[in-house]
Amino acid sequence: MSVPFQLLRDPIDPGALRAALADPACGGFATFEGWVRDHNEGRRVRHLEYEAYDELAVREAQRIIAEAAARFGIAHAACAHRLGELAVGELAVWVGVSAAHRHEAFLACRYIIDEIKHRLPIWKKEHYVDGDSGWVNCERCAAPGAQPHAHPTTAPV
Amino acid sequence: MSAPLYGLVLAGGRSTRMGRDKAALPVAGRTQLEHTMALLAPRVARCFVSVRRDQDADPLRAGFEQIADSRDNLGPVAGILAAQERFPGHAWLVVACDLPRLDAPTLDFLLRARAPARLATAFRSSHDGLPEPLCALYEPASAAAIAAYVARGHSCPRKFLSGADVELLDGPEPRALDNANTPEEYAAAMSSDGQALPGASRRISVQYYAVLREQAGCREEALTTVARTPLELYAELGKRHPFSLDTAVVRVAINGEFSDWAAPLGNGDAVVFIPPVAGG
Repeated sequence: MSVPFQLLRDPIDPGALRAALADPACGGFATFEGWVRDHNEGRRVRHLEYEAYDELAVREAQRIIAEAAARFGIAHAACAHRLGELAVGELAVWVGVSAAHRHEAFLACRYIIDEIKHRLPIWKKEHYVDGDSGWVNCERCAAPGAQPHAHPTTAPV
Repeated sequence: MSAPLYGLVLAGGRSTRMGRDKAALPVAGRTQLEHTMALLAPRVARCFVSVRRDQDADPLRAGFEQIADSRDNLGPVAGILAAQERFPGHAWLVVACDLPRLDAPTLDFLLRARAPARLATAFRSSHDGLPEPLCALYEPASAAAIAAYVARGHSCPRKFLSGADVELLDGPEPRALDNANTPEEYAAAMSSDGQALPGASRRISVQYYAVLREQAGCREEALTTVARTPLELYAELGKRHPFSLDTAVVRVAINGEFSDWAAPLGNGDAVVFIPPVAGG
């Protein structure tokens, strides 16, 4: 794997990422793409804004990919995450895994995207059609007066 | 009634191990002697520099009111004795000039804890648990006891305080009284920008992201703080910024790595508060 994780301000190129994972020893390739959706929790979303603590995000993502490799015995894995403003329909995150067989490729791909979402210092601000905006997970649940509730820290595998 | 308080900065040492006059070493843009005098002067009625008899013409020391030792080769206790002989009935805030980490909160802590009915008020050393004699408050009644101690052939002020009726304090910052006797110790007490590293305060940079960036109104800031942990720092910053997030949902990173709310902060540390994440 040349560059297992990238934070990108320009559009992600899935074809190039996929090509870098090709390996004659691999019979399975699993990928996940996260797209910008036009609604969230009952509100119509116009566009998203991603922000990252780059240094730590890159380091943590590389740890996640190394964990997946060690845990599932895959051949290669890569991930790219967009930053900045994204319009509805754009590709926000891409994960790809190649392995000898499909089973471990699926498991590792699921593990990587779940851990990326929970552990990377990346934040998402939703801009709504009605002109309002808010940081996901920050504005409501964590504000004073919010009801206590659990945040998942480890993803099911 | 407490006796009137005078200040005495001990600058009569020979700086043998340092190889340079410790009083003249730079700290926070001036000499250690000037720095220490500036810390003491606002807290006492009069402030003196303690010198050896052969130092009275030294230009740095000549800038202050002096009290010259009346005895040679007795070490710091000679300075304390000379001051007490010259102004009987006064209490003395005695501080060595080679404490680059000494700061105002530490001195104020000592003054607030003063026990006038005892012979002295002193900090307990964080290294050996013994009294620290060279950042201490000596009451007038200690004069006769110190004179008798010296008359018996002793000169170690630490041993004197160990056997005396002393109010012993655990200071707010254990390292504030670390002295610098060698070039290595002096260098260790200085931060990279040549400023003193005060015992109870540290220079910290903070970066903000997402909702915390918006609430702080900036991406980053640098500050000098007495906060010892990220938890204390977040509380301090929360007084200036309208942070809505409780520490239960915020994580912290120090110097580019995830850390703990209770981790000790060091001078020059870069701290990032991490709001609930939402990647993907």
